[in-house]
Amino acid sequence: MRKHAFISAAAVAALALSVTGCSVSAKDDDSNAAATGTPTSHASGGAAKIRDVVLVTHDSWFLPKKLIAQFEKQTGYHLVVRASGDAGKLTNKLVLTQGNPTGDVSFGIDNTFASRALTNNVFAAYTPATVPPGVSDYDVEGDDGQHLTPIDHANVCVNVDTTWFAAHHLPAPKTLDDLVDPAYKGLFVTPGATTSSPGMAFLLATIATYGDAWPDYWTKLMANGAEIADGWDQAYEVDFTQGGGHGKKPIVLSYDSSPAFTVKDGTSTTQALLDTCFGSNEYAGVLNGAKNVPGAEAFVDWLLTPAVQSALPDSMYVFPVVAGTPLPKAWAKFAVMPTEPLAVSPTDIDAKREKWLQQWSDVTSR
Amino acid sequence: MERRHLALIALAAIPVTVLAIFFVLPVTGMVGRGFRPEGHWDLVGVLDVLKRPRVHRVLWFTVWSSAVATSLTLVLGLPAAYVLHRLAFPLRRLVRAALLVPFVLPTVVVGVAFRELLTGPLAWLDLDGTPAAIIAGLVFFNVAVVIRAVGAAWESLDHRPAEAAAALGAGPWAVFRTVTLPALRPAIVGAASVVFLFCATAFGVVLTLGGLRYASVETEIYLLTTNLLDLQGAAALSILQLAVVTLLLAIGARLRPTPTAVTRVPPRPRRPRLADLPQILVTVALLAFVAAPILALVVGSLKDADGHWTMANYRALNTLGTHQALVEPVTTALDLSLRIAIDATLLSVLLGLLVALSVTRRAHTRAERRVRGALDALFMLPLGVSAVTLGFGFLVTLGRPPLNFRDSPWLVPIAQALVALPLVVRTLVPALQGIDDRQRQAAASLGAGPLRRLVVVEVPVLFRPVLAAAGFAFAVSLGEFGATSFLARDENATLPVVIFRLIGHPGPMNYGMALAASCVLAATTAAVMLVVERVRAPLLGGVL
Repeated sequence: MRKHAFISAAAVAALALSVTGCSVSAKDDDSNAAATGTPTSHASGGAAKIRDVVLVTHDSWFLPKKLIAQFEKQTGYHLVVRASGDAGKLTNKLVLTQGNPTGDVSFGIDNTFASRALTNNVFAAYTPATVPPGVSDYDVEGDDGQHLTPIDHANVCVNVDTTWFAAHHLPAPKTLDDLVDPAYKGLFVTPGATTSSPGMAFLLATIATYGDAWPDYWTKLMANGAEIADGWDQAYEVDFTQGGGHGKKPIVLSYDSSPAFTVKDGTSTTQALLDTCFGSNEYAGVLNGAKNVPGAEAFVDWLLTPAVQSALPDSMYVFPVVAGTPLPKAWAKFAVMPTEPLAVSPTDIDAKREKWLQQWSDVTSR
Repeated sequence: MERRHLALIALAAIPVTVLAIFFVLPVTGMVGRGFRPEGHWDLVGVLDVLKRPRVHRVLWFTVWSSAVATSLTLVLGLPAAYVLHRLAFPLRRLVRAALLVPFVLPTVVVGVAFRELLTGPLAWLDLDGTPAAIIAGLVFFNVAVVIRAVGAAWESLDHRPAEAAAALGAGPWAVFRTVTLPALRPAIVGAASVVFLFCATAFGVVLTLGGLRYASVETEIYLLTTNLLDLQGAAALSILQLAVVTLLLAIGARLRPTPTAVTRVPPRPRRPRLADLPQILVTVALLAFVAAPILALVVGSLKDADGHWTMANYRALNTLGTHQALVEPVTTALDLSLRIAIDATLLSVLLGLLVALSVTRRAHTRAERRVRGALDALFMLPLGVSAVTLGFGFLVTLGRPPLNFRDSPWLVPIAQALVALPLVVRTLVPALQGIDDRQRQAAASLGAGPLRRLVVVEVPVLFRPVLAAAGFAFAVSLGEFGATSFLARDENATLPVVIFRLIGHPGPMNYGMALAASCVLAATTAAVMLVVERVRAPLLGGVL
């Protein structure tokens, strides 16, 4: 009979849990209105002001809670964050919900997807009243800051484990050409262009370097034992020798800022190859059909304030766009930016993305 | 209209409405966009997609890899089903519960665990990024389905015909081939078709373990939708996928075992004999195969960035990670996951009960039987639709009044409940089918009204299957990633979503924390499964 007692106990426990409301419905009671994004209005001087600003962004979005609390205090808005997927998924989500967006403002569309979002009228026209120096250097070609405001930038570069090459008495590679050198056979891992934004950036780096001959380069790269991982996390954290999983590959595709995260005893164990970098900029903009337009605009303005700009490196591993923003110590020392990153025009990317990715898949799949 | 029909409509109304709003509408909305790219129908364009050589390659890979994985799952699962359900040995329940863990582990975690293994201790096999790795991953995930479904059938199999055959001089192999196998065939075919479905719609495993070199229909839909925004291509593949799923469900339904009256006293399992050695060896090998990635995960979670043993990763679970990778600590995410799982479980069991009750009532006409059969199949469809299609479909179709559910906190539990629903229905239906209608008639003739009949006839039989289904739904909800990652919000992400975020953020501690969080998730799942195992319902007894 012990079993019956046990089952009854389990059943009673389950029932009790549900009755006492140990569920999302109970938890959300007071924050419900705020969290669901239903515009909660409260009268202020007769005119109703929508309190919530809903941000639609990608998985890598992060800013410290303290900063966000400051935004909320200064503006009186409440920030609701909807983050999912990478820049591609984000863009397509915005395109599919064009006119009836899931939020008011978006952050995270990069220069490889900007064109698609702009041609689909995802964004409403908005330029901050005062644009700090340096920002317009990163404007989307053709839009010139009318819809999309640059917020941060980073470079996707090949990284090497300098300690591994020292231990193996092998000079580390320097250029894209070196990666197809038999001396480095089977040492390189990159996330795939079809499933990862940095992976796509690397494909674009090879397109910028080799022009129409890029498929030949990739054929050689594959023949030289390059491995293609699903995402950046797989490539860096599982396969790279300096990643958390202590993998087997000493050459990996990552960012120019990555060496700042592998500092040990005052030096970095990794290095970014500055001739292999593709520049990636991220933008923010007010969504067409936003319920809270003033709130969305206030949020875009806030992203360019010194407090946010200087928090970007530690929060999202990217460089600020505002000139003269101080960098964290490790960054100033170990995150070296390329002087002239490789680039492909956004309109070109939008027009040829499908063709390129199909060609890329054909070259890389067996 | 007869009262019977009214009863059918009343019972089925709620689950059908929920399915229509939260599944049929989003999926047709998304597929519809592909069919009408510029606002008018373009069927030719969709058909053209099916002519692309790449689509043929993708389709071929999906079919052959799923077929091989399904066969291997059967080859390994059948002996294990025998050993774990017919033989008596210590810790049998624990082993059975442990074998179910992979089935509900999030694919992100399994992907990481497998790769730790394939690039670490098993690097000499050189399997990383090969179809063999993908197939191994698929077998790892699905072997529990075979063990469960076939094991349950085997357990309640009358052993006398086999003994008679043996007494007449048939060798063990002849007995198996001529007596046992035919009796188990419906269960085997049913399990095989479910496994094939799971394999053919696998997503994370193919991406993580295949190193992108192999595309399946599911990964192709993901690529076309999330990256290329080729909705026409995605729609064509989704339709293809649905067609295959429907076909498989039809085959499964045809071969489905018709349970005879529920056996109340299953034959006692017996002690192992020498003749059982081959099966036992296969089972031990299978256990090692399932345990290895999980062990790799546990070991990884107990080491720091320099490879020293530590508990720091676990202690860090109530922090935000290095460089504040998270918005809420893992402990908060676990708490939320459990809350959501309770909601999802209640929903799916409630809906599952209504579905099961409406499809198992005896049909009096052929038309009625067809309607009930179609209803049964309808609730299996969520098994065969890509989470991406569903996720984007939610955004596209549920964003305007009167169906403005896009931002509701209930969307996550509802989506998870729909994912778990096929398993719940398949657990409850066989139990209800096993009830002899004469019992109801007897109760009625003794003066019991419909409600009282339900209480005295159905409830005692359903008690355990319901608890078992609840356990399964709970575990599925805990591990669900695909649909949840679309809907979960930043400040309240579930545990699998948080694990995904941790792996995706640099910082030495984050990786260890992700592994530790995965172990917590696996342990929670195993604990739930162990409770289910104690309840001992014929879980998934008659899959398909």
